[in-house]
Amino acid sequence: MRSDVLIIGAGGAGLVAALSASEAGAKVRVLTKEYPTRSQTSMAQGGINAALGNAGEDSVEAHIQNTLKSAHGLANEAAVRYLCEEAPKAVEWLESIGVCFSRTKESKIAQRTLGGASAPRACYAQDYTGLKILHTLYDKCLEAGIEILSERYLLNFIVNHDQYEKPYVGGATVLNIQSGEVEVYESASVIVATGGYSRIYDKHSTNSTSSTGDGIAAAIRAGARLSDMEFVQFHPTALKNSSILISESARGAGGYLLNSKGERFTNELAPRDEVARAINDEINKGEEVFLDIRHLGEAFIDAELPQERKLAKLYENVDPLHELIPIKPAAHYTMGGIEVDKNSHSKLKGLFAAGECANHKVHGANRLGGNSLLELVVFGKQAGANAAIYAKKFDKNIDTSQHEVSANNFVKGVKYFTNQIDFYEKRNFIGNIFYNNAGISRDDMGLKAVLGAIRQIQREIPFMGPKDKSKICNTNLVEFIEFGNMVELCEIILVCAISRNESRGAHYRSDIPKENDMAYKAHTITWKEDGVLCADFME
Amino acid sequence: MRVQVKRYTSEPEVKEAFLEYEVALENATLLEVLQEIKTKQDASLSFSSGCRSSVCGSCSMRVNDKEVLACSYKVQEGDVIEPLRNVPVLRDLIVDMNAAYDTNARAKAWLSSQSQGILLSPEDEKINEIQSDCILCGSCYSACPVYSVNEEFLGPFALTRVWRYVSDKRESDNVSKLDVIQTNGVWDCTLCNACTLVCPQDISSKADIEKLRSKSVMAGYEDPSFANSFGGGFGFDGSLSF
Repeated sequence: MRSDVLIIGAGGAGLVAALSASEAGAKVRVLTKEYPTRSQTSMAQGGINAALGNAGEDSVEAHIQNTLKSAHGLANEAAVRYLCEEAPKAVEWLESIGVCFSRTKESKIAQRTLGGASAPRACYAQDYTGLKILHTLYDKCLEAGIEILSERYLLNFIVNHDQYEKPYVGGATVLNIQSGEVEVYESASVIVATGGYSRIYDKHSTNSTSSTGDGIAAAIRAGARLSDMEFVQFHPTALKNSSILISESARGAGGYLLNSKGERFTNELAPRDEVARAINDEINKGEEVFLDIRHLGEAFIDAELPQERKLAKLYENVDPLHELIPIKPAAHYTMGGIEVDKNSHSKLKGLFAAGECANHKVHGANRLGGNSLLELVVFGKQAGANAAIYAKKFDKNIDTSQHEVSANNFVKGVKYFTNQIDFYEKRNFIGNIFYNNAGISRDDMGLKAVLGAIRQIQREIPFMGPKDKSKICNTNLVEFIEFGNMVELCEIILVCAISRNESRGAHYRSDIPKENDMAYKAHTITWKEDGVLCADFME
Repeated sequence: MRVQVKRYTSEPEVKEAFLEYEVALENATLLEVLQEIKTKQDASLSFSSGCRSSVCGSCSMRVNDKEVLACSYKVQEGDVIEPLRNVPVLRDLIVDMNAAYDTNARAKAWLSSQSQGILLSPEDEKINEIQSDCILCGSCYSACPVYSVNEEFLGPFALTRVWRYVSDKRESDNVSKLDVIQTNGVWDCTLCNACTLVCPQDISSKADIEKLRSKSVMAGYEDPSFANSFGGGFGFDGSLSF
C-alpha cells in the first residue's frame, strides 16, 4: 500500500521524522537496512547542545556564535539561528518522551563542555547519550504504531515526470535482504535519513560499518544536488588500532593530549579540525599520541565515562585509570550531503532529507560536538512535518514499472559480474589512500593521484562483484552495492576537494594553508547530468 | 587460531554443518575474525555487525553455548560459534529478530504520559540508568529457558524495558503498564538468572522482573501460579473462582 511519507533510515533523524509526520496525520512507513536502534546514532556519546544554562551561564546567541565560528563562513546564519533557537525545545521534548538524561544536584538536565563551546552546553546521559535518545525514540514509534520494516536496503528512488517534464519522487526500490527479492514502495514523499559516508575511510573511521552513504549516492543519481562533500570531520581521539571513538567529553572534563615525550602540544578544547591537525602533525613527526585521563580519578571516570573505560580496556588493553590511551584522528562525521532548503526539501520534488545525509548548512566547514544529535531532532521534526504537508497536496500518478524492472535487472546482473578483482581489497585500499591523501591534510598532487585511482576502480567494477550468488541474507551482495555507492561518492569528494584551492575548517590543503574568502566562501554544489558529474561553487 | 562456525542455508535445500576456519590473528575480537574469514577466505559466511563498539547490538551470537557480542569477545583456540537461540535462523549467524523486537510493542514499553515539569534528581535518574543502557542485542532472549515452553513470553529485555518506564518518575500511568505484563509476563519467569549472566551491559532482567512482581502485588495483582497451587477452587477471600 502506498504511504504518504516513506522514510529511509531508522536512526535518530528517521525516527524523529516518522513521529513528526505521523503526528501531522500522514501514513508513514520506515525502512532500514538494519533494525531500528542499531544505527550510527547509538554511537553518539558526548551530548546534545542546547543553551539551557544548567551548569553555567549560557545563551542561545553564544550557541549561534560558536556554531558560526566553527563553520568558517560556510554556514547559513538563518539555519544556524533556527537550529540553536529550537534547541531548548528539542531537549525539552526529549525529556518529555522519557530520555534518561544525567542530572545536576538541582534536578536539572546535566550539561558539559565540548570543544569550541563557550559554556557547558551539551546535555548528556553518561556517555550513552545517542543510545538513550535513539531507544526512547524507538519506543515512542512503537506507541504511535509506526510501521518499521527492517533489513530493507535502498537501491534507488523512483522518479516520475509530470506533464511539463518536471521530475518528482514517487517512492523507492529496495532489496529485501532477508528474502533477496526486490521490493517497490510507492510514496507521495520520501525522506532520506541514511546517515553519512565516513566508511569510505574504512578502518580509519569511527563509524558503524553501515555509514556507506547509500542515500546520498541514490539522491544524486535521482537528480538531487549535493553540497560541500569535501568536508569530512576527523575526530581527534579514536583508539589507535581500532578507530573506536573516545568521546570529546573526556577532554571536556580535563583530559590531556600528550606526545611520546609526555608533553602537551595543543589546546585540547579547540574545535575538532584544529585538534585533529595538531595530532596529525605530531604523528607525522614520528611521535605517538595519547589521551591522558588518569588525573580525573576512578569515581569521575566510572560515573561520567563508563563506556570509554570499557572500550579502552577491550580494544587497546589499557585501563585509562592507570595508563595512557593511544589515539589517532579518524573520520567521524561528514558535513557534506544532500542539499536541502529551509524546509528540508531537496532539489528533487518530494525528496526530503534530514540528519547526517542532509546538508542544512548549519555545520559549514566543521561541525561542533553536540550539534549532530541536535540537528537530527530539529531537522528530523521539520522534515517530517514538511513531507506530510507536501504529501497531502500530492495529486500526481506514480508509475513504478520501469524502476521495478531495472532494479531486478540490476540485482540479477550484478551477480554475473566476473569476480576477477576482489572488492574487499579495493575497499581497504581506498580507505588507506583516502586517509593519507584526502583526509586530515590534503594537497593537489595527492588528491589528483587518488582521483586517478578511483576512476580506475570505477572502470574495474564490472570485474568485481559478489562471490556469493545466493538470495537469502546475501551480505556479500549488500556490501558490494555499498562499495559501489562509496566509489560513486569518492569521485565527488575528490572533485570538490581539488576544486577548493584553499584551506577552510576540516578541508585543509597543506599546499594552500589559507582561507580565501574572495574565491571560495561558497558552497561546492555537485549534481549529475546524463550520468556525468558536474560541480560548481554557489552562494 | 582455529574456530568452528555453524553454517546454515535453506537454499536450494536446508543444509547445516560446522565448518572449521583457521585465521592468523592474535588477540582479535570475534568480529575481526569473522570479517577476516569473510573478506579473505569465504565471502558467503553471513553475520550481522554494525558499530564494532558494543552499543548497536547487531553482532550477538553464541560462543561455546554462551551469548556474546562478537565485537567484544576475544577469540580463543577451538571456539565454537553458533547463532542465537529462540529466534529463527535465516542463514549462518544471521537470525530474524522481528518477533523478538515485537515483544517491546506487546509489552507497551514506552512512556505513556507526556510529562511536563516533573523534576528528576540524580537519585531518580540512577533508578533506571542501567536499564536504559539496554542495546536490544537479544542475548537475554536467546539465553532464556522459558521460550522452550512458552513462545508467547514477553521475555527479559522487554520486561526490563517495562521496568525502565514503570520506575521512571515521569510515568504517571503505572497501572496500565503493569496490567500488560501479568499474562505471559512477570509470573512466567523462572528467576533462573540466565539473562543476567549473558547481558553485555550488566543488566539483570531477573532482578527487574522481581521488582515488577512486587510492584504488581502492591497494585493488587497476584501470582497466578501461587493462587493455582491451592487447587484453583477457592480464592483467598473464600469465594469460588473460575
